[in-house]
Amino acid sequence: MAEQPTSATLAPGSKTGPVDAISVRDVTRDYRRPRTSLLRPSPPVHALRGVSFTIPQGQRFGIVGESGCGKSTLLRILAGLDRPTSGSVAIDGRDITGLRERQLRFVRERLQLVFQDPMSSLDPRMRVGDIVAEPLVAQGHRNRRERVAELLEAVGLQADAADRYPHQFSGGQRQRISIARALAPRPKIIVADEPVSALDVSVRAQVLNLIADLVDELSLTLVFVSHDLSVVRHVCDRVAVMHDGQIVETGSTEQVYEEPQHSYTRRLIAAVPTLGKALSGVSAADLNREYRP
Amino acid sequence: MTAAPDTAPDSGAGSSGSPDDVLAVRNLDVAVGGRKLVEDVDFTIRAGERVGLIGESGSGKSLTALSVMGLLPEGLRATGSVRLAGVDHDLVGADEARMSRVRGKEIAMVFQEPMTALNPTMRVGRQIAEVLLVHRTRPDRASARAAAVELLAQVGLPDPAAAAHAYPHQFSGGQRQRVVLAIALANDPALLVCDEPTTALDVTVQARVLDLIVRGVQDRRSAMLFITHDLAVVATACERVMVMYGGRVVESGPVREVFTRPRHRYTQGLIGASDLTVVDERGRLVTIGGSVPPAGQFPAGCVFRNRCASATEVCATRPEWVPTGPDSGYACFHPVSEPVSEPVSESGARGTGMTTNKEAGRG
Repeated sequence: MAEQPTSATLAPGSKTGPVDAISVRDVTRDYRRPRTSLLRPSPPVHALRGVSFTIPQGQRFGIVGESGCGKSTLLRILAGLDRPTSGSVAIDGRDITGLRERQLRFVRERLQLVFQDPMSSLDPRMRVGDIVAEPLVAQGHRNRRERVAELLEAVGLQADAADRYPHQFSGGQRQRISIARALAPRPKIIVADEPVSALDVSVRAQVLNLIADLVDELSLTLVFVSHDLSVVRHVCDRVAVMHDGQIVETGSTEQVYEEPQHSYTRRLIAAVPTLGKALSGVSAADLNREYRP
Repeated sequence: MTAAPDTAPDSGAGSSGSPDDVLAVRNLDVAVGGRKLVEDVDFTIRAGERVGLIGESGSGKSLTALSVMGLLPEGLRATGSVRLAGVDHDLVGADEARMSRVRGKEIAMVFQEPMTALNPTMRVGRQIAEVLLVHRTRPDRASARAAAVELLAQVGLPDPAAAAHAYPHQFSGGQRQRVVLAIALANDPALLVCDEPTTALDVTVQARVLDLIVRGVQDRRSAMLFITHDLAVVATACERVMVMYGGRVVESGPVREVFTRPRHRYTQGLIGASDLTVVDERGRLVTIGGSVPPAGQFPAGCVFRNRCASATEVCATRPEWVPTGPDSGYACFHPVSEPVSEPVSESGARGTGMTTNKEAGRG
């Protein structure tokens, strides 16, 4: 790993001692819609409106929100795939907001993504071995074949999987392939965007356990994005609830789940159906009713 | 025959059982070539009853719904019998002309993806009015339009008159699903079939749409068949549940019964795996080993035996349906032993049908 943070690239807020894995300061992102009128420009969309948080090394950080809340925009910015309109983002203490693509190489090594739909995020015409090795090729690693075998083993797939194509695997196995690909360059941060939302119930538990095992074994920092508060509660130590481009609440997952402070968080928790709630008589009408303490 | 309830008429496909029965499915098979994808499905839904059908992908739950609607894709063939109250012919094998008189009137359906269910080039008010005019339940355009606005109001769209003039792309996902629901409920169907209607929606929107669906069928005393992979959603919206795996109904019964005291090993595993609050000493979730085989490649005998830790040689033969009540029963040689009263959250975690994660992804 080649990054030696120089004083010039240190984020303004970073303290002495261990640097935070991710530090986000007052990030905004505005998009412009195509104009619909000749006379005036269309109003901008404020996808992110002053988002700040820090994730220490080794933490499992959850981001919860519904569609349109800005969580995907935030992820793209964290991964260096998009730039904020204002504010700054530091990965391992190095500001990435002003950097060019070539200078972002350390981000590509340190931080990797796992996406929701393993069918559309794996190239159907590449063999699994090549898919997993692709980040290594881009970064000029040697001994790729051995590394691929090691990675497939780590995610619980057989070594002969390397010669097969993505369509020959089930949804859960494909998600294991995405995880193997993400781990290939030995990242320290994994950003998972709804990694289990597309999976069957019996397979979801397997993949969640795999992620937990890997995060422990490799001491990774995990950013886990989901619309499902109960999954985040199981996986993460801390959670940020996003609504309308802002973080409305952060705290330990237990605390946010047990004593939600913001009215939106309360509504979100109240709307989640669970077996326990249903069997104690909570109906669809109750889920829909706005939560009143 | 597996799920034959004791009320099943001896003559089979002929008459329907009790006068309250809305839908009677008997010995339904769906096959492609020589391969059976759905086998021996057998159930009855009465007026006002809400029945859930749960299962993972490839379990045959959507094919069951599509055969009820007569919408099976080309190449798939249903056999058996599907009778609907008020329709004087069997729905299995009925031609398109007859089915189109039933669909949208006697049976209506809400699909998972509202954008593909709606016509993108037609204003939604006209799409709702269309279903009323086609089935001649409203005498003329003007009254059909008025009814459409009324239906949009019933599904809670703000400013229904303006909404009727909008195109589907102008709505959000949840609003579109409400439009689809308005179309489905327009002719007060005897049976509403919902196939994963809230899976693509956000949680707060899901709560809204679920509430509207349940209220919609309650107001009309319609029967409902609700298909989903989400146990919690079924438990919230339905009174009775059928668990499908490998093209067969492996267990059925009242929601409370099945989810607190599952008898089939698969149901037990499913409940365990979906409970995110029960973990082992390492903080890991309970899982079912292996993965769902591709359609048509389930083992002979008990379809779950290659993933079941309780399986023995006897499971290579097909387990008989063991009735435990008029609408409940299971098909398993090694059922979970008779209930000790225990809280829900623990019921799935015990037993032997589980493995830890490390073996899980292999094979």
